[in-house]
Amino acid sequence: MKLVVAIIKPFKLEEVKEALAGLGIEGMTVTEVKGFGRQKGHTEIYRGSEYTVDFLPKVKIEIALGDELVARTVEAIVKSAKTGKIGDGKVFIVPLEDVVRIRTDEHGDAAI
Amino acid sequence: MTLRFSFVRRTIWLCLVVVLCSLPVLAEQAAPSMDQRVAALEAYVTNTDPGKSLTGVPGPGHNGWMMTSSALVLFMTLPGLALFYGGLVRRKNVLSVLAQCLGIAGLVTILWWAVGYSLVFGQSFKGSGIGRFLGGTEFMFLRGVTSAPNTDYAFWVSQNVFAMYQLMFAIITPALIVGAIAERMKFSAVLWFVTLWMLVVYFPLAHMIWGATGMMNGAANAGAAITAIDFAGGTVVHMSSGWSALILCLIIGPRIGFGREKMAPHSMVLCMVGTGMLWVGWYGFNAGSAVAADGIAANAFMTTTLAAAVASFTWGMIERVFRGHASILGFCSGAVAGLVVITPAAGFVSSTGAVILGLIAGSVPYLFVTSVKAKFGYDDALDTFGVHAVGGTMGAFLTGLFATGAVNSNLAGGAALKNGLAKLVTEGGLWHEQLKAIILTLFLAIAATFVLAHLVKMVVGLRPAPEIERQGLDLMEHGEEGYIE
Repeated sequence: MKLVVAIIKPFKLEEVKEALAGLGIEGMTVTEVKGFGRQKGHTEIYRGSEYTVDFLPKVKIEIALGDELVARTVEAIVKSAKTGKIGDGKVFIVPLEDVVRIRTDEHGDAAI
Repeated sequence: MTLRFSFVRRTIWLCLVVVLCSLPVLAEQAAPSMDQRVAALEAYVTNTDPGKSLTGVPGPGHNGWMMTSSALVLFMTLPGLALFYGGLVRRKNVLSVLAQCLGIAGLVTILWWAVGYSLVFGQSFKGSGIGRFLGGTEFMFLRGVTSAPNTDYAFWVSQNVFAMYQLMFAIITPALIVGAIAERMKFSAVLWFVTLWMLVVYFPLAHMIWGATGMMNGAANAGAAITAIDFAGGTVVHMSSGWSALILCLIIGPRIGFGREKMAPHSMVLCMVGTGMLWVGWYGFNAGSAVAADGIAANAFMTTTLAAAVASFTWGMIERVFRGHASILGFCSGAVAGLVVITPAAGFVSSTGAVILGLIAGSVPYLFVTSVKAKFGYDDALDTFGVHAVGGTMGAFLTGLFATGAVNSNLAGGAALKNGLAKLVTEGGLWHEQLKAIILTLFLAIAATFVLAHLVKMVVGLRPAPEIERQGLDLMEHGEEGYIE
């Protein structure tokens, strides 16, 4: 099992969600986050005052998957979230030890 | 039967006595002739003295416009200025700005009722040494201020309406100061400072410029020592508040983290909404300052529109050219600067004058809030000095260059003929008188604020504890949060 964590541009969320739904992904967690990478922030000017905004808004998607789905999922995210411009984000693939479905006490693949 | 007869007889006698006694009175109060009645109606249309036949009667149209104007000027503060300023502070301090505006509205109303109106627009000090600086005591607690017009100021507007209209100016002026010390002054200190400042700066200054016996009231006081003109408050409102704001913000010092931490506006949307309300309300401020629904008001309505629009567009375009973006705050700042600059001139200049004033208003304050402020490093948080002091001073001076009797007969006749103002307007040289008024206003605002701010600092202290300032004034001073998550 793997946990796929994707940081994407906020306006790409709908496209990514649709692409993942097309693969039969049954659940995900979405969080609004802030951060910076190579894109860096931007500058805002209010009258005489200039402020650098370091952290830009991004969306973080977390999906727990069985190993057989990981490659296709990552491919779908990369394809649907890409604009080709700096700041498109990243996908992290993390090994997942176990999953528990709270309602039924199921463990492992059955709980995904 | 006897009883009844005697009652009738007595009644007849009584009537006779009453009629005989009132005959001389009736002869004196003979019904006005048709000519007099027509002349009185004409006086209503031309906003002049109706004579005896309509004494003590307000004119419905003029009164209607002045009540509308009063409401518009209050709308400039509540919620116009409150939102304009409120949007420009950080979210942890938005309520503190609203509280200061609301607190000032109530406090100044009480001061105005008790002594303010009388000290500004009374005349009982006339002839004594202080008559040129303060009005009098006869209207204290609004005694005798009724629906009948006070013909020293308006033939057709109820004095109670006039008093409320002028009150709205007295409310917004100290509220403007709040912008310079935003996010870092104790609420109690704001209220104490405003109370003292109204008594020492505003009431005397408003009397000197607008009071019938005021020493700088060139347009209406035949005995004015300085024949300056100020239509709607370039000196009284914007210079006084703007220069006082600079001194107060220097004494109180910069906000914690100023120049290091991000202090960007928390809501440009609120700021823009407030700006729109200020602009609309300013029609009451400027066109209402004719104290009549007459031709002078009509001219002021036009000049106000032109100056505000030109200045807003100019500021935005300067930003577009030199920085690449025309910002919302740029358009808003330009509009307010244009309104400030046209304020003393609105009823005295033509459309051309208004456009020129608008161009200057959109560019000079821009330099002050960007370059000059950065160079000197004072923390005029919301640019009360850069916009109101700079704009008000320029407006007062430029009024001296652009005023024309063609749009305002008060510059060509009446008191203006007696005190020499009319000559200055036609032959030039009015700017010299304007400069005198500017210097006197500057001196009063700066010196008084310096003393009063130190006084308040000694007695109640100006600043909250650093941890209160860090946490935000909303929660710590008012026990509320602007935005609940």
